[in-house]
Amino acid sequence: MLYDVLISPFTEFEFMRRALAGIIALALGGAPIGVFLMLRRMSLVGDAMAHAILPGAAIGFLISGLNLFAMTFGGLIAGFAVAILSGIVARTTELKEDASLATFYLVSLALGVTIVSMRGTNIDLLHVLFGNILALDDQTLLVIAFNATITLLVMAVIYRPLVIECVDPVFLRTVSRSGAPTHLVFLALVVVNLVNGFHALGTLLAVGLMILPAGIARFWSRDISGMIAIAVASAMVSGYAGLVLSFQTKVPSGPAIILVAALLYVFSVLFGNVSGLVRQLFPGRHLEA
Amino acid sequence: MPMHRRALLVALMACAATALRPAYASDKVNVVATFSILADFVRNVGGDRVEVTALVGPGADAHVYTPSPSDAKKIAAAKLVVVNGLGLEGWLPRLVKSSGGTATTLVASSGITPLRPGGGHHAEADPHAWQSVANAKIYVGNIRDALMTADPDGAATYRSNAEQYLARLDALDREVREAVAQIPPERRKVISSHEAFGYFAAAYGIAFVAPQGVSTESEPSARDLATIIRQIRKENIPAVFLENISDPRLVERIAAETGARIGGTLYSDSLTGEKGDAPTYIDMVRHNIRAVSSALKS
Repeated sequence: MLYDVLISPFTEFEFMRRALAGIIALALGGAPIGVFLMLRRMSLVGDAMAHAILPGAAIGFLISGLNLFAMTFGGLIAGFAVAILSGIVARTTELKEDASLATFYLVSLALGVTIVSMRGTNIDLLHVLFGNILALDDQTLLVIAFNATITLLVMAVIYRPLVIECVDPVFLRTVSRSGAPTHLVFLALVVVNLVNGFHALGTLLAVGLMILPAGIARFWSRDISGMIAIAVASAMVSGYAGLVLSFQTKVPSGPAIILVAALLYVFSVLFGNVSGLVRQLFPGRHLEA
Repeated sequence: MPMHRRALLVALMACAATALRPAYASDKVNVVATFSILADFVRNVGGDRVEVTALVGPGADAHVYTPSPSDAKKIAAAKLVVVNGLGLEGWLPRLVKSSGGTATTLVASSGITPLRPGGGHHAEADPHAWQSVANAKIYVGNIRDALMTADPDGAATYRSNAEQYLARLDALDREVREAVAQIPPERRKVISSHEAFGYFAAAYGIAFVAPQGVSTESEPSARDLATIIRQIRKENIPAVFLENISDPRLVERIAAETGARIGGTLYSDSLTGEKGDAPTYIDMVRHNIRAVSSALKS
């Protein structure tokens, strides 16, 4: 019985196995990125970047239809352009980074919607906004796995300066000049993982698999490596449970995954080890004198 | 193109005749057809003696059509209104009445045996009768008779045009049957979300199995996909025609997982524009049978 519910969908259908493999790769790459976004108070930046990717993906889509590489490439370029432009404006003028990023992503989004509606129909636009985890072909899977691998490798290289910049950017500036490059490389990773996610979940939900697990992890651990491990694990669990949910009910898969993550998040907010609400109301006895 | 030259000749003669008759106001019979396929029939029978307008043009859906004031104007000016009947154009009788015109209404499908997929005598009839070429011939006969009544002067033209067109439809019918004969009998079924191929299926023996559980054009759930895949595997269906699923990647996934072939587009309710795959009825049927037979060939 339990086997029928939890395992047999994956043994019977290849598309379920592919979806699971895809979601595991996405979790491995995206969740750590999400943790750093959260620690640097850039969670909403992820969302902004997700919107910024749209015009690039749309141009790729217009040129060659639902072509994986065209859409990936277009999305990467648009994402980088917005990240770099807003970075330049923030560093050279009085406008703060959040404001300039907001400006650029809104422009980018408007461009994207214009481009899509110039030729495509609403249905075409929906393909871009809502990817499909159930339709991962070999190419898409390979691209997702490749991007996740690159993300993990690069993270390993920039891990130390990245952590220091999260905790004490002023200190990093006094001991090293790697702050700015690290920041840029990190933004690039954000873009890569968003593009990765939008094949499976679409531009709107791609960011969900990065941010929600990070939020969950925050309630269970105080140190960064612990948070990353928990974030990756909860992203994988949400992916798996979301797929099962979508298989057993009629909820579309992408939203199902994010909704499961949201449930985990609510549970963590209430019962989390670290500053969970219930913990705050009933502090552990061992803390009392 | 002997057909064209002949039509031209007829037209020239008609022009000459009108020129000799000064009081004759309009030289063409105004006919309004409700959608593009009927308009194509009328055009073939009427030739240059009639001016045909389709209310629902190429590429549009007659099921969800809402009439506009300009349509009422067209009907008011028409001598003959050709409708499919069988409940396809529920909106039409009121439109004819409200337009205040004097047009006679021809129900082109009268005389065919309607299919009632619901079963029983009172179930709703399937209106897509034209998908069987034999029925199309009945349509053409009805249109010929109605045109001869509406415009007795052109009776001879209509009769000969209809004769030629019916001969072409006979050839088309043979063509379809030959194509079906080349498909092994056990492979004569496709899964398709089209509801319009009941008559085609009944006439030519290709089963159109409806996918279960796919109701919307929005994002399908894993369950929807699994249901379709199971169904295709269980019933051993060799080809899928699933244009209603909006994401082509999903259809590819279904095909990869079941070994079924992906069929092309099938046209059911309306012709395409001049440059499309199916600008005329004959092209449409030919396109459909090619799509079906190339997907089903072993």
